[in-house]
Amino acid sequence: MDQGTTPPAPRAIPTPRGATPQPPATHSVVPVEVTGAESIVRSLEEVGVEVVFGIPGGAILPTYDPLMDSTRLRHILVRHEQGGGHAAEGYASATGKVGVCMATSGPGATNLVTPIADANMDSVPLVAITGQVAAASIGTDAFQEADILGITMPITKHNYLVTDPDEIPRVIAEAFHIAASGRPGPVLVDIAKSAMQTRTTFSWPHEISLPGYHPVTKPHSKQIREAARLLATARRPVLYVGGGAVRARAAAELRRLADLSGAPVVTTLMARGVLPDSHPQHLGMPGMHGSVPAVLSLQKADLIVALGARFDDRVTGKLSTFAPHATIVHADIDPAEIGKNRVADVPIVGDLRDVITDLVPALEKEHAQHGKPDLEAWWHQVDDWRLTYPLGYTETEDGLLAPQHVIQRIGELTGPEAIYAAGVGQHQMWAAQFIRFERSNAWLNSGGLGTMGYSVPAAMGAKVGEPDRVVWSIDGDGCFQMTNQELATCAINDIPIKVAVVNNSSLGMVRQWQTLFYESRYSNTDLHTGHGTKRIPDFVKMADAYGCVGLRAESPAEVDDVIKKALEIDDQPVVIDFTVSRDAMVWPMVAAGVSNDEVQYARGISPTWDRED
Amino acid sequence: MSRHTLSVLVENKPGVLARVAGLFSRRAFNIHSLAVGPTEHDDISRITVVVDVDALPLEQVTKQLNKLVNVIKIVELEEKASVQRELLLVKVRADATQRSGVLEVVNLFRAHVVDVVPDAVTIEVTGGPEKLSALLVALEPYGIREIVQSGTVAIGRGARSITDRALERVSRSA
Repeated sequence: MDQGTTPPAPRAIPTPRGATPQPPATHSVVPVEVTGAESIVRSLEEVGVEVVFGIPGGAILPTYDPLMDSTRLRHILVRHEQGGGHAAEGYASATGKVGVCMATSGPGATNLVTPIADANMDSVPLVAITGQVAAASIGTDAFQEADILGITMPITKHNYLVTDPDEIPRVIAEAFHIAASGRPGPVLVDIAKSAMQTRTTFSWPHEISLPGYHPVTKPHSKQIREAARLLATARRPVLYVGGGAVRARAAAELRRLADLSGAPVVTTLMARGVLPDSHPQHLGMPGMHGSVPAVLSLQKADLIVALGARFDDRVTGKLSTFAPHATIVHADIDPAEIGKNRVADVPIVGDLRDVITDLVPALEKEHAQHGKPDLEAWWHQVDDWRLTYPLGYTETEDGLLAPQHVIQRIGELTGPEAIYAAGVGQHQMWAAQFIRFERSNAWLNSGGLGTMGYSVPAAMGAKVGEPDRVVWSIDGDGCFQMTNQELATCAINDIPIKVAVVNNSSLGMVRQWQTLFYESRYSNTDLHTGHGTKRIPDFVKMADAYGCVGLRAESPAEVDDVIKKALEIDDQPVVIDFTVSRDAMVWPMVAAGVSNDEVQYARGISPTWDRED
Repeated sequence: MSRHTLSVLVENKPGVLARVAGLFSRRAFNIHSLAVGPTEHDDISRITVVVDVDALPLEQVTKQLNKLVNVIKIVELEEKASVQRELLLVKVRADATQRSGVLEVVNLFRAHVVDVVPDAVTIEVTGGPEKLSALLVALEPYGIREIVQSGTVAIGRGARSITDRALERVSRSA
């Protein structure tokens, strides 16, 4: 097995050791004498950074001084490094650009661990700049020293420790290249304080030399032809589209492939919006809380074309019984994803936009030669599921608001041009189900890591990147209490996000599992924030204390009014406390570790369908 | 499970060994032995890893290794198409009455004595795992006091060099 025989030609010449510095790339960058700290700021400017989310501290202090004078970098002072990291993620996910966060050594850096791990799981292009203690102190357990390089090795795409100030421009150029190219991901650059304080020459590298890093972007034409042949002959095909399609900006190409193939399409939690929900072939989200048609169509498919998806356990359910009859075409930019969970019959390594761009004419050729496949029987079956098992919910029995209604109305009254950032839990699933997504990058959430607290800072970052769009944070009362300190950042920096706290006074998803699997023994899931409690904290008062507008809705009649009121406010962040029923549950559901065949439409109700043929 | 020997060419940079070793442990792959050292090219180090895995996890190991930015190339060296060696140093109890017996074993295995004191000898031997374990069995009756063993290093048979080909690829980009 020679793993090295097929990479494409590298882009750049490796610089021999001791070579003279490369000439600058542009006329604007003449080598100049600066401090390491100035070199950091210059490098960030040169690579095109617009916004940095961060907090200063001892080891990063030298960099904050020239940062104050930069006219090209906007630094937003967050209240917690985790908020800074998620804000950078939200910025990146909404705009497609690399998000940047900055923190000091030790606790500043370790507070970034969660957003870095989050970005790693969801392939978010992120660069984290951290200060490190002076080079001479590294390894001495100095004040605020943490081995953040070692800590983040398993959760970054790559990371660097810089002790020589001359390396700063090259390392920052490489970091942004690695973060944004191939399968995007987080890169951490840890820079010793002594390097920031030392004189150096700033010169921007005009080439990047990474002999071990050559992402394959162009797919193999033989594999494309085989995929087209299968897609043209399958009787029960399904396009299984994942977050890679969003990262690859492949929405337009995907639309053409969907139209041409005529196949049903499912979009995963990470891919919501990449094909409009209004598209007639769209069956919604697959997986644990996916729609019945999406789950069952995958189970019954004879061909699954996976596009930038990774056969995550939340999608496949019990892996050994997932899609038992399906041939698998698996296209991904990361070769390690192919065959990791499910063996691929036709593996395609490449940038998804290139893959689909090649696949469309290949499929047209197949159609021209052999005619379009007859999918009528398949669609008859799929439409029957759609008709029998549409998404829906039952009204609450305690007179409190139905959370699904609240979220659905937010989506309907705000529209598809807005950005919706969810936390993690029931509200996240309802948002994925009941908001109609019509475009890429409109839906931000923490899919892989499942980070509670993602929503508010991610919405903040998204609003900074897309100031003209309405940005909703759809949050739960549990999640909201993990990162709501960033409301201060929003209020002070004119970042008017809207937060809908879907307040069921509990850790709702955990409570749902306790209801279903732990005999309704509610161990430590009561948060006392909702109806009939002391409301600690009172989210309306809290919003007010943070300089935001605080609103509350407790009855169905109030829902539309408060949403409209929030939509009218554009000069202040708004927090709406929607007091919802805690007994509402997320359906459909495939219990953890169970076959997708056992999907339940609602509690105790399994769809009737023929599992055998 | 079967045993596989991987030659991993990496950039000669700080922390690369930690990245490679860390990847094995966090993906739950067992390393049987590991050896690292310089190559004929200053910028490239070579890690030889011996792992016990089935074919499918092995493919995942190599794919994950390839994702490390500092990893340049990975080649699996088949046992028959390569020379694989370990180095063993073993200290054996041997007074005047036992020494000749120990030396006989040393000669049989084409090993060397590298240190002698009145009541012990230290023996150096290189070879494949079978040879080394056979030597240890032969020395066991005399009393083994201490063993230190290197990881396996391996090189393909024939004229071709994996580093040459890796470097060609790097320079073709010029």
